[in-house]
Amino acid sequence: MKVVLQNLTKKFASLDGAGEVIAVNDFNFEIPDGKLIGLLGPSGCGKSTTLNLISGLETATSGKIFFGEDDVTDLPPENRGVGLVFQSYALYPHMTVLQNIMFPLQNFKGKDRLSKEEMVARATEAAKLVQIEKLLNRKPAEMSGGQQQRVAIARALVKMPRVLLLDEPLSNLDARLRLQTREEIRRIQRETGITTVFVTHDQEEAMSISDMIVVMSAGVIQQIGRPQDVYDNPANLFVAKFLGTPAINVLEARVENGRLKIGEEDVMAVTGIADQEVYCGIRPEGFVLDENGPFSVKLRNVEVMGRDTSVVSTHPCSLSGDLRSIIPSESRGEAIDDDTVRFSLKPFKVRLFSKTTEEALPFEEGRL
Amino acid sequence: MIEQNNKKAWLYLLPAIIFLGIFMIYPLFDVFIYSLEEEYNFASQSSTGTGLFNFSYVLHDPYFIQALKNTFILVIITVPLSTGLALLISVGLNSITKLRDFLQTVFFLPYVTNTLAVGLVFMILFKKTAYSDGLINLLINAFGGSSIDFIDGPYWAKMMVLCIYTVWIVMPFKILILTSALASVNQDYYKAAKIDGTSKLRIFTKITLPMISPMIFYLIITGFIGAFKAYSDAVALFGTDLNAAGMNTIVGYIYDMLYGNSGGYPSYASAAALILFAIVLTITCINLLISGKNNAARG
Repeated sequence: MKVVLQNLTKKFASLDGAGEVIAVNDFNFEIPDGKLIGLLGPSGCGKSTTLNLISGLETATSGKIFFGEDDVTDLPPENRGVGLVFQSYALYPHMTVLQNIMFPLQNFKGKDRLSKEEMVARATEAAKLVQIEKLLNRKPAEMSGGQQQRVAIARALVKMPRVLLLDEPLSNLDARLRLQTREEIRRIQRETGITTVFVTHDQEEAMSISDMIVVMSAGVIQQIGRPQDVYDNPANLFVAKFLGTPAINVLEARVENGRLKIGEEDVMAVTGIADQEVYCGIRPEGFVLDENGPFSVKLRNVEVMGRDTSVVSTHPCSLSGDLRSIIPSESRGEAIDDDTVRFSLKPFKVRLFSKTTEEALPFEEGRL
Repeated sequence: MIEQNNKKAWLYLLPAIIFLGIFMIYPLFDVFIYSLEEEYNFASQSSTGTGLFNFSYVLHDPYFIQALKNTFILVIITVPLSTGLALLISVGLNSITKLRDFLQTVFFLPYVTNTLAVGLVFMILFKKTAYSDGLINLLINAFGGSSIDFIDGPYWAKMMVLCIYTVWIVMPFKILILTSALASVNQDYYKAAKIDGTSKLRIFTKITLPMISPMIFYLIITGFIGAFKAYSDAVALFGTDLNAAGMNTIVGYIYDMLYGNSGGYPSYASAAALILFAIVLTITCINLLISGKNNAARG
């Protein structure tokens, strides 16, 4: 079931009652059938509101929502056929796992009504899908966070929703479990083929399992695309800064006659772009240790992380504090025992942004 | 270090322990002893014998039987009624946004109003005087009924007034507890239920009630204890001679035995007090047993 958002807007009265806050501002995008979409943004960017609009818990101020060809904009949540997994899981604490999973089925009325045996069968099937079939008689309090999460997913899936929505599904889990559970979510989504939207503020989480990510800020979509594409070609400075750990390094720079200059140093060739002052973003992995490299920095310290080495340094043109570069540990050599370290840059890891609009400036990469 | 802290802790507790010892624990033992001493006399500090005679006397005293009956009726009617009404009002309050704070304050007012002042209001509502039959009777007359004497009239009318009065007095606290219990239920449960198309009734019985059941049990237990200890409400409505009005309660009986017109019988009063204690203890144990089972089922 594809999901289409058309000019979707949601306004709230602001807390002081004086004006209104636009939580979701004129959204247009289409979620293809059977895909896993990550809604990504810092807190307060409107991503949970978007999810609530899709689920029907919030009603849109204007715009439309379609599930397939059906206009569901004015449908109440129970008639939309969505499954929602809450950040808090919202498992009913006084019911067993089986009772929790069966709860949505017991609401069916009229011709959809199921017999007790059918309900148990379907609940067990859903439990098997998330691999908790051995825990059916436990109470939520007797389970770990990861297990509770699975029960919540099973409960959302048991009524065979057209769309599955997950609100910060991993934020209550510890780091190890998070890794495991996100793979699990991916597997379940693949097995069921249900169009899934999940909300997260963790870019790594979104990038690792999504077919497509939607980066949001202050109620506005910044960029939509495949995770790698968005990472490699951020549409603007916000997206560039938001994706990637450690974060992208941002420096003051300028383009002069097809050359990129940072401070006094001429670091690389950039063609197809007019002369101007720019913000220059360099991914931490875009630095190559090079004794004769064009870009020099003052060394602050070196952090050894096993496989990689993180070189922390300062540069007068930096706008994001210390520069951070990640280099393979074996290439360290003697080059960084000095006070000054020289790098050459990987052109496709360097992005330029307009100083006025902060939009990305396309250019043709050239080596030196 | 811990040893030292222990000493300090006991030192801090000492004033309270001494105070409770003198005014609570010692009298408890005293009551127990009085109840077994026949015709104990405060003035001469003497008694005529030891035994269970006092209990036998109290249990055969028609005034005590009346007080026992009154108290039980009061408990059985007012505890479920006040808890149920409080639940309804709390759910109502919880589901509105406009006027909520205002109404919450209104519903809480009886809690901070003096019992005797409320008694006066009830007098105006119910009492027949030379000038007026009371507001309620005026209403009854308006609908074509004839006046009823609620304060000095038939037993059922007096009991009804006492029950209404008690419910009115105890409800604010229950509403306060239940509204905060309802407000503390995570809204996600309701959202999840809504997405699954759960009916309002099912949400209430399957989610809301189980979630706030510990608070409801707390209110029922304290409600029982409070109703068994009723006294001042009856005085506010029917005056101090409750035996004559036939509206005495167990606590009223105990008070009368000590200080009332028939006063000066500490032995009977002690025996009655112990009987009340036994009743309250039994009811509370039953309550705890039921709620314990309920909680065990909830896990």
